[in-house]
Amino acid sequence: MTVSEKDVHVGILDLDWRRRPKQGFRILLIYLILGVSAVVFLLPLLWMVTTSLKTQAEIYVFPPTFFPETYRWQNFPEGWTYESMQWTRWLMNTLAITASVMVGTLISATLCGYGFARISFPGRDLWFILVLASIMLPGTVTLIPLFVGFHRVGWLDTLLPLTVPAFFGGGAFNIFLMRQFFKGIPVELEEAALIDGAGRLRILWQIFVPLSGPVIAATSVFTFQAVWNDYFGPLIFLTSQENYTLALGITFFKGLYNTQIPYMMAMSFLMVIPIIIVFFFAQKLMIRGVILSGIQA
Amino acid sequence: MNSRMRDTVQGYLFISPVVLGLLIFTIGPMLASFYMSFTKFPLLRAPEWIGLRNYVVMFTSDRNFWQACKVTLIYAGTSVPLGLVGAFVLAMLLNQRVKGIAFFRTSFYMPAIVPAIASLILWGWLMNRDYGLINAVLVRLGIPKFSFFAEPETALASMVMMSLWGVGAGMIIYLAGLQGIPESLYEAGKLDGANELQLFRNITIPMMTPTIFFNLVMGLIAASQTFVNAFVLTSGGPLKATYFYNLMLYERAFNWTQMGMASAMAWFLLFVVLILTLLVFRSSGLWVFYEVEVK
Repeated sequence: MTVSEKDVHVGILDLDWRRRPKQGFRILLIYLILGVSAVVFLLPLLWMVTTSLKTQAEIYVFPPTFFPETYRWQNFPEGWTYESMQWTRWLMNTLAITASVMVGTLISATLCGYGFARISFPGRDLWFILVLASIMLPGTVTLIPLFVGFHRVGWLDTLLPLTVPAFFGGGAFNIFLMRQFFKGIPVELEEAALIDGAGRLRILWQIFVPLSGPVIAATSVFTFQAVWNDYFGPLIFLTSQENYTLALGITFFKGLYNTQIPYMMAMSFLMVIPIIIVFFFAQKLMIRGVILSGIQA
Repeated sequence: MNSRMRDTVQGYLFISPVVLGLLIFTIGPMLASFYMSFTKFPLLRAPEWIGLRNYVVMFTSDRNFWQACKVTLIYAGTSVPLGLVGAFVLAMLLNQRVKGIAFFRTSFYMPAIVPAIASLILWGWLMNRDYGLINAVLVRLGIPKFSFFAEPETALASMVMMSLWGVGAGMIIYLAGLQGIPESLYEAGKLDGANELQLFRNITIPMMTPTIFFNLVMGLIAASQTFVNAFVLTSGGPLKATYFYNLMLYERAFNWTQMGMASAMAWFLLFVVLILTLLVFRSSGLWVFYEVEVK
């Protein structure tokens, strides 16, 4: 057993390669692989940005230039108002859907999470298993009857099919997150309030919710991401252009002006920006949520 | 009302959103879809019972159906294992205690959160045969240009490559798993004289099998439902080389309004996914190691 092998796992690496040449080489190798991988993962995103700033002529040069010859910032306003594109409207639709789904999800996932975590009643575990099982269900099995149903009630081409279901549970994963979090809140707090005659709703609102900042934030972030990125739902349920979301707008643009690469990249990049901003603010929370899903399930 | 009764009533009131949601938006539609799969249903007329005909047509006279199955199986069979290995390797790298890990972790994870549409538009352009960045790099290295989505032979492989850009999500889960392995196990192993490879094989891998298992199941389920890639980038072509199962289902339902046929396809997919998941769960007894908690 050499010292260096042990240290790798214990976590104190000696960065002085002169004293431990073998370990120095090892660190160098790790950085080399990490660095190459980072380039592979980040370069495409960088490419999106630089392409969005190029002229149409510079796009069709081979081999391509990496950085634009001239930075054409007007690609962004021009792409935004290009011909029949209604980006402002599509942004509003996306925001409206995102906001409603977030409200619906937070309300209903909190209620359900509390019910599953803190009240014991017959049938609870069965319903919880059903909730978890629904995570694994291929969406297409319910798609067609839902489409037919929304068609019958006249909801097609409105935002309702995309928002109303969020008020009914808010997604299995979010319920699961809430439940796990609520289970960790000390019982004594709740029992004291119950003895004082407080109702469960009041307990949830006055004791649980104020303690649940992290899980509420994580749920909000995941929901924001999922709705902002969703393509399939809007594709199925929305038909007229003025009801499109950003994701539909981008493919619509691609369908009409396949060759307007800089505009397309500019609009795609605009769609990525909010996601990246949210990610940087909520990175720790999100990673914890992803991890929770992986370990507990 | 005694407290047990009260708890039952209140419990159901609290979970009523998801109970109603499951009934209205999941279980009800599932049953409806099962019924529809035995009907001819062009949406604007009432469903007409035709027994097993949708299934018979699907299995026997629709050549596209088997092509769609094949494409989806090949994609799942390659992208899922490659993604598992890729995510695992990255997680192992990030688990080395060197400086600057936070930066690398963020870099690897970021593509996983980019909206699918944006990343498809981007990769469509990166993989453009004539002007794409990847071919520029290949040419610089003296390798001939790759056709990517332009040729049937390379289109599906290109989709697999593209999918690897998003391995960050699985990587994060592995990383958490790796960090959850007790240090004492490694120390005990080293006292017994195990080298690093042995530690990896006899401690890391067994301790990680539950995580690998989770990522495998979720990965298979997700891959079986691949749709947007093909819909946006290739429309299933060239020559149906990327004609994914769900793309065919979508076309049957929304281009041809064959709601009955599409429902039959959805149920067959559910059946296959169920069988696959069961097989993986069954096999898990052989390779997934669950630690017995001793306290």
